[in-house]
Amino acid sequence: MAADKPYEDIPGTWIFDAERARAGYHLNRFLYTLMKESNRKAFLADERSYLEQFKLTAAQREAVRTRDWNRLLELGAVVYALAKLAFTDGRSYQYMASQMTGMTEKDYVDMMLKGGRSPEGWRSKSEREKH
Amino acid sequence: MARIIAGVGTSHTPAIGAAVDNGKTDQPYWQPLFKGYEPAKQWMAKAAPDVVIMVYNDHVNAFDFKVIPTFALGCAGEFPIADEGWGPRPVPVVKGYPELAAHLVQSLVLDEFDMTIVNEMQVDHGLTVPLTLLFGSPAQWPCRVIPLAVNVVQYPAPTGHRCYRLGQAIRRAVESWQEELKVVVFGTGGMSHQIQGPRAGLTNPVFDKAFLDDLSGDPERLTRIPPIEYLREAGAEAIELVMWLLMRGALGPRVEEVYRFYHIPASSTAVGNIILESR
Ligand SMILES: [Fe+2]
Repeated sequence: MAADKPYEDIPGTWIFDAERARAGYHLNRFLYTLMKESNRKAFLADERSYLEQFKLTAAQREAVRTRDWNRLLELGAVVYALAKLAFTDGRSYQYMASQMTGMTEKDYVDMMLKGGRSPEGWRSKSEREKH
Repeated sequence: MARIIAGVGTSHTPAIGAAVDNGKTDQPYWQPLFKGYEPAKQWMAKAAPDVVIMVYNDHVNAFDFKVIPTFALGCAGEFPIADEGWGPRPVPVVKGYPELAAHLVQSLVLDEFDMTIVNEMQVDHGLTVPLTLLFGSPAQWPCRVIPLAVNVVQYPAPTGHRCYRLGQAIRRAVESWQEELKVVVFGTGGMSHQIQGPRAGLTNPVFDKAFLDDLSGDPERLTRIPPIEYLREAGAEAIELVMWLLMRGALGPRVEEVYRFYHIPASSTAVGNIILESR
């Protein structure tokens, strides 16, 4: 029997559950190695061959190459591991989050300064469609 | 006898640590936040605890995906600072209290809370940012710290109710330690925030205010909030608030709220801080 996943109805959100953890295991193992300065340098010097050390799927490899942040979440990356890729690129959490929302970093920062995003219209997929 | 004198709830947003480390605390963006923590810092200097039990979560720094403990107690004498991807924060090494930690583990396991014992662990912003916010930037941390890491990264996190009950068991464990010690328990993370996906940036001040209000008067109501409600109402990463309930459980039935501060934003986070003294 499949586990109950009420959170799958939250729009614009990928909850990191056991199934995503399984799909993303090697992807997250790769991201975890970016905690070391020497690894960050090696990755930036030659991303392709660095990635060859890890058993990523073709889709995961492509999403890393293009820094397709939402796709990476969908393919099993956990956001805290993913942040290490952003840091390796010299970016911040806030930059990564802005990219996931499709906003510019400046617009995202402005939204946060105004109090952030209201949950109105973002509670369920059906509610989102009406907006 | 050792006594838990108070609890501190606080966000642990990494950008707050980076603001301190890069000397940005006086910038207009950060100034209101650090001003808001000033009274809490003064309270902490007066309280001068001997030991802090730091309830926090690791963000894929100490624990990679080989092992994900639900509740892990740091039993080491020292906890080095993790390099999370931009170099380790320039803060002092965290000194543990192995004897007391071993006592806590023994007491908790016999009290039917099956803790994971951790003898080597690096600590990340989840632990160091609260220390910075409440103790400032000393050459050495002024007290010993026992880390209690809670899994809130892979779903499901332990429930708020379970965390609350563990907090109650920690109170029993601390009170059965003979040495005269003042202990402060931290519950960290939150408040409302989401840092992933197109819904990133979500905050919910109504949810947060109700949470802060009920921490002192009606924590039982908070223990009944199901995981889905945190995720949907307060953001995917707001589930960290269960760690505040762990802190609250450790304070005993009656508390007095002595300080509260709430501020949006720090990066993508609605920041909360509360100090509750045990009565
Ligand atoms: Fe966190």
